[in-house]
Amino acid sequence: MTLIKFNNWAAGEGANPLVPHTAELIVGFIAFSLLFLVLRSKVVPMFEKAFAARTEAIQGGMEKAERAQLEAERALTQYTTQLNEARGEAQKIREDARVQGAAIIEDLRAKAAEEAARITAAATAAIEAERQQAVTALRNEVGALATELAGKIVGEALDDQVRQSRIVDRFIADLEKSK
Amino acid sequence: MGVYLASEDGFKPPSTADFNLPPVFGDNPFTTKPVFLAFFSVILISVFFILSARKAAVVPSKFQFAGESIYSFVRNDLARDVIGHEFMRFVPYLFTLFTFILTNNLFGIIPFLQFPTMSRVSFPYVLALFTFVIFHYVAIKHKGLIAYLKEIMFMPGVPKPVYILLTPIEIATYFLVRPLTLSLRLFANMFAGHLLLLVFILGGEHLLQGVIGLKLVSPFAFAFGIALTFFEFMVQCLQAYIFTLLTALYIAGALADEH
Repeated sequence: MTLIKFNNWAAGEGANPLVPHTAELIVGFIAFSLLFLVLRSKVVPMFEKAFAARTEAIQGGMEKAERAQLEAERALTQYTTQLNEARGEAQKIREDARVQGAAIIEDLRAKAAEEAARITAAATAAIEAERQQAVTALRNEVGALATELAGKIVGEALDDQVRQSRIVDRFIADLEKSK
Repeated sequence: MGVYLASEDGFKPPSTADFNLPPVFGDNPFTTKPVFLAFFSVILISVFFILSARKAAVVPSKFQFAGESIYSFVRNDLARDVIGHEFMRFVPYLFTLFTFILTNNLFGIIPFLQFPTMSRVSFPYVLALFTFVIFHYVAIKHKGLIAYLKEIMFMPGVPKPVYILLTPIEIATYFLVRPLTLSLRLFANMFAGHLLLLVFILGGEHLLQGVIGLKLVSPFAFAFGIALTFFEFMVQCLQAYIFTLLTALYIAGALADEH
């Protein structure tokens, strides 16, 4: 039944699709104007606001990044300088230490040599003294022995101390001469 | 009753009459389906974009991004690229134009609505009239009435005898051809597309009621109708784009100092 109503109504209106209908013209005008007003006042400004905010945010972010980069570069330069300084200082300290160590060693060596020389000298002196002592003692003993022996053999008393000493000395001098 | 009988006897192909939908309430011509669709599209577009743009967040939600994508398409790819540095004044109009036409076109394939409002010639007429008034107004304001008319009638840099031929053509172009082609292109595309869908879908339905052999053919008609629906989708988007693009071009021409 709808089909009948449908076609009857259409036939009543005239079927030329190029002829506009007044009601639809009015509706089109009102609907479009309404939509235009709504979009212009409520939608376009908001989207524009979002776009502007976004542009600003991106630009702000870029500036911030640039600043951060500059800061980082500055810090890097500073650290590099400091590092080089520290390296130089360490080198200097090491050099100083080396020189100082060498000096200390040299000093110690000199001291040791001196000490050694001193000890050697003392020892030599002690030995010489002892040798001298021994020679004297030996000479006295040998003299006594030889006198006693010679007295026994020769039968001559040689008790007189002065003579005895003279004889011994002569004897030794002869010994040295014959050598 | 004759019509009723005809539909009983054989297949009655869809015709221009199928676009004359009856008023829903009595004889009131303001209660037809296209009228409801036009107002429905206004509500739909308004609600969608107001909700989408409400927060205007720097980091958009998916919903805001969807609205923004459509807006920035019209704003940047249509208005800015075509019109140039003065484009911002025309963005609201072009944006309204694009969304209004697109939505009403898409009604042609949206289930249950399934009627492209723009297949009613009155709506394209109104839109073309808006564009017509706007681009002439902009040109007159920008160049002055006399200079503008002179530019249309006596295009600079042309040998004088050619004006005999060129002047009528130019006048017709600016005052007749532009608004007519603008509206009729949109209307005819929507009209023909809807008719095509009607042919295949009503035809498929009719075949289904026929003898067994015809019943077997019917799915092909429906399948073709579905394929054409996808094709229609493309045409509907394209027509909304073309209408808006041409409007932008006319405005750009009105603002251009040299022809």
